[in-house]
Amino acid sequence: MNDERNFEQLEKRLGVSRRDFMKFCTGVAATMGLTTSEAMAMANAVASPKARPPVIWLHGQECTGCTESLLRSEHPTIETLILDLISLDYHETLAAAAGHQVEAAKQASMQANKGKYLLVIEGATPVKDGGIYCKIGGKTMLDHVKEAAEGAAAIVAIGSCASWGGIPSSGINPTEAKGAPAILTDKTVVTIPGCPPNPYNFLSTVLHFVTFGKLPALDHLNRPKFAYGRLIHENCERRPHFDAGRFALEFGDEGHQKGYCLYKLGCKGPETYANCPAIEFGDVGGGAWPVGVGHPCFGCTEQGIGFTKAIHELADVKTHAPPNAFPYVDDRQGTSNSTPGAAALVGGVIGAAVGATAMAARKLGKSEEAGDGDNRG
Amino acid sequence: MKRRDFLKATAGGATAALCGIGTAEARENKEPLENAIGILYDATLCVGCKACVRACKEINGLPPSIMGEDVQYDAARDVSGDTYNVIKVYKNGTSEAKDREIDGFSFAKKSCMHCVDPACVSACPVTALDKNPQTGIVQYNPDVCIGCRNCMVACPYNIPQYEYNDPRGQIQKCQFCNQAGVERISQGLLPGCAEVCPTGATLFGTRRELLEEAKRRLAAKPGETYTYARGRASDGLHTHDKEAPEYRQHVYGERELGGTQVMHIAGVPLNRLGLPELPERSYASIAEGVQHTLYKGMIAPAIALAGLAFVVKRNTSKADQDDPQSQNSRRPEPNNDRGES
Amino acid sequence: MSEHKPVEGRILTLPFMFLGVLGVIGLYFLGVRFADGLGAVANINSGYPWGVWVVYDVVVGTALATGGYALAFAIYVFNKGQYHPLIRPAILASLFGYALGGFGAFFDMGRYWQFYNILMPSNWNFNSVMLEVGLCVMAYILVLVIEFAPALLERIGATGALRWLNKVLFLIIALGLLLPTMHQSSLGSLLIIMGAKVHPLWQSLQLQPLLALLTALTMGFSIVIFEASFSAIGFRRRPETTLLARLGKVIIGLLAVYLVVRLAELVLRGKLGFAFTGDLPGNMFLLEMALFIFPLWVLLSPARRNSGRLLLFAAVSLLFAGALYRFNAFLIGYNPGPGYSYFPSVPELMVTVGIVAIEIMAYLVFVKKLPVLHSAEHA
Repeated sequence: MNDERNFEQLEKRLGVSRRDFMKFCTGVAATMGLTTSEAMAMANAVASPKARPPVIWLHGQECTGCTESLLRSEHPTIETLILDLISLDYHETLAAAAGHQVEAAKQASMQANKGKYLLVIEGATPVKDGGIYCKIGGKTMLDHVKEAAEGAAAIVAIGSCASWGGIPSSGINPTEAKGAPAILTDKTVVTIPGCPPNPYNFLSTVLHFVTFGKLPALDHLNRPKFAYGRLIHENCERRPHFDAGRFALEFGDEGHQKGYCLYKLGCKGPETYANCPAIEFGDVGGGAWPVGVGHPCFGCTEQGIGFTKAIHELADVKTHAPPNAFPYVDDRQGTSNSTPGAAALVGGVIGAAVGATAMAARKLGKSEEAGDGDNRG
Repeated sequence: MKRRDFLKATAGGATAALCGIGTAEARENKEPLENAIGILYDATLCVGCKACVRACKEINGLPPSIMGEDVQYDAARDVSGDTYNVIKVYKNGTSEAKDREIDGFSFAKKSCMHCVDPACVSACPVTALDKNPQTGIVQYNPDVCIGCRNCMVACPYNIPQYEYNDPRGQIQKCQFCNQAGVERISQGLLPGCAEVCPTGATLFGTRRELLEEAKRRLAAKPGETYTYARGRASDGLHTHDKEAPEYRQHVYGERELGGTQVMHIAGVPLNRLGLPELPERSYASIAEGVQHTLYKGMIAPAIALAGLAFVVKRNTSKADQDDPQSQNSRRPEPNNDRGES
Repeated sequence: MSEHKPVEGRILTLPFMFLGVLGVIGLYFLGVRFADGLGAVANINSGYPWGVWVVYDVVVGTALATGGYALAFAIYVFNKGQYHPLIRPAILASLFGYALGGFGAFFDMGRYWQFYNILMPSNWNFNSVMLEVGLCVMAYILVLVIEFAPALLERIGATGALRWLNKVLFLIIALGLLLPTMHQSSLGSLLIIMGAKVHPLWQSLQLQPLLALLTALTMGFSIVIFEASFSAIGFRRRPETTLLARLGKVIIGLLAVYLVVRLAELVLRGKLGFAFTGDLPGNMFLLEMALFIFPLWVLLSPARRNSGRLLLFAAVSLLFAGALYRFNAFLIGYNPGPGYSYFPSVPELMVTVGIVAIEIMAYLVFVKKLPVLHSAEHA
């Protein structure tokens, strides 16, 4: 069977057991909320060697934290997997070659795979003074990005710098650093913001593309919905403390030691969209992510919050907005409306009084006609 | 007595009563107490976390208000016998922006306003509700309350709540977490709602400093950084900075019916937040003015009784002499009325 | 010996038994109220803490029971001795009306077992209109009992006690005139503190006590006419139309003063426009006014006034008018704010119906067994 052979080859090629490989694919699929059969499709796609898309990975104004984070994923040799799943034709950090040699290899790959390669952008792109503040191989990042985007089948911006500018763009932004979507305004750029983003969010997006030939569902900022569809606050393990009004007031105080909510310390979880509470940070495990270890979220994925709002500033609580479970100003507890029975009864009582009066009046009228009405003076 | 005299007497009496009542408005609104405590609720700071609702229930031992079988958490829709404090929402149109009247939304708090001149205290026949002379807290004593619920009808904010579903129900209302057995204010603690509020939207302090703070906020330029206190208005330690929003220039509770000790400010008109538009003159002062004019020292009723007794005695005494045996002695002289049809 | 005699006759008539059934139903729901709380029976809620039990049983009920008071005014203050035949039934009806009011207030009370607190001077809040109403109504019920005592004493033949009672009766009668003046006006004053929750058409603030007193007096005279007319039919006695017509003349004056004060208040405070907005309170106001003005039209003409039929219509119209004035002020025109609503539940109404039924039954028993009605009229 073709599939069977593919998996055997894969085991050999990657040096992982088939079982470990299937676990990885299922895990990635689960991150995206895909079904088991879709996970199987993903595994098949990865196993078949011809599906390996070439990848061009650009670095602009950045710290390489995204790459480092990706390399430190702890699942069975993910770096091996990712390097073998895809054909990483150009990556400044990981390439064995250097200098003009590697630039030439990049050009060759882009020519050969025109319209088929995947472009990954890491880091911001400065545009001030023609983009001279970031050059690679004598060419500005701005030109590199535009050139590589021309023939790309899909473009992924990894990290906050590439997504919306990140640190280089914060404050006075001396180089006018911009995220890739702001440069490539006429193209769909999938953004995986975060500083660094969780590698699984990147891997899952890439595998989705490899398997199904299209990108996963994206939100209005072109972020994959499976990763950025919910606020950190919604799934936060400290959320019950928020709802109960139990807050850490200072670092190291009693509430902080007890693991109370960090909102009062400036946690931006309530206004930051990311799946950190669900998959935690990197692949560290053991409940390790900023809020998990007692530091307020600083909103690294969100433009205008991460690197912009001060740590101690309070977040807007976006979960708590209409139409959420709030009683309206005019909602009341236990009011009563008329029932047909009650209305009929009221009508009946008034009717009985009026009727009795009418009856009595008739009798009075009769007795007056009879002439004995005026008996006393 | 002739019919004309009767009509004259009636009209005269009515006029006298009117004049008496007209000049009766002696009592002015009560003035805020020197050290009155209070709460400033800033709807623009409120994030709707309902921590105050939860803390209130826990501290005061109130059960959750369950909304039917499907909703198994506290979902109180309004104050009730089980709820002293509730966070509600105003929304309009698409409700996309906070603290905006049109197509926006705003949070609102409903709890006892601790009026400076409370109607409930004025209305209670047995002094079950009274105003603490130091703190100004409107407090309740269930041991004398007869359950007439006059406080409920008198309250302009519909705050005192009777426990209708308890055969031995009582009135329930916020007592600033200072009722017997809780006494947080006396111990120097904050009321539960102010203590847990993460943003300082519910801020505790003296009425005077809260009113100053409210006016300072209203004077702040929208967009400029403002340092908000949390917990206690005088607490300079646990503050946070935020851009000042566009406040409505109205401190609700500064003047309404003589003022309240719990005051509200917001970015939307305050009558949108369930706070009725009210005049400055307290209804308690009018009611008490009328009542004291008529009954001060029971002088007027005593004079009236003496006069009535004299008239009745005169009109019945003749019959008494004529027919001392008859129980019918109440019967006055025969009719001397003329001009009948 | 006495001019008053029992009517005699069978107690267990068919209407009596029908009333008994209503009474039993009412008592059943009252039992539920005491077992499970007010909310188990009544629809009163956080916005409408006072429902029909307070507004009908206490406010309207006592106003309907001012017959004894109004008549006593005519007889003892204005010396109209000719009304004397009407006083005993009127006082009996007043006693039952006030007993209903008192009982209604008791079972509506949320903490009835602490009722005695209102009698403890240490608890009194002299600012409270409710205190005045509570104490005064209780005192007046006692006064009514004493005023009615001669009928009972006659029946058991206690002439000594009767003679002693007659000596101090003038003071009791004076009290019987003063107390309703006080609490009937105060029942109106109860509305002042409700302030803006009462619709402007009924929130006359300082005029509340006067308007309440005037309407209570018109209702008092009307109920005398009403009861006399029904007694005439029910016990097959000759109607006392001439006598009643004279009462009608008294009403004219009261009604005129009331209407002038009421409308002047609305005009001077610029609130008359609310009457023509077409909403429920506005329409109820117009209905109420029509019910007040129709009797004026009847009573102003001697010919109409002397027709027993029209006189009864006028009296009933006035009773409805006074009752509606109170319902409007306390319930229909009472608006605690958006979102609140109230309509009495069937059990809640059945309690009131049942208590009224028991009241009528007791009245029937009393007139049949005790010397209440004037003997000259039933031969």
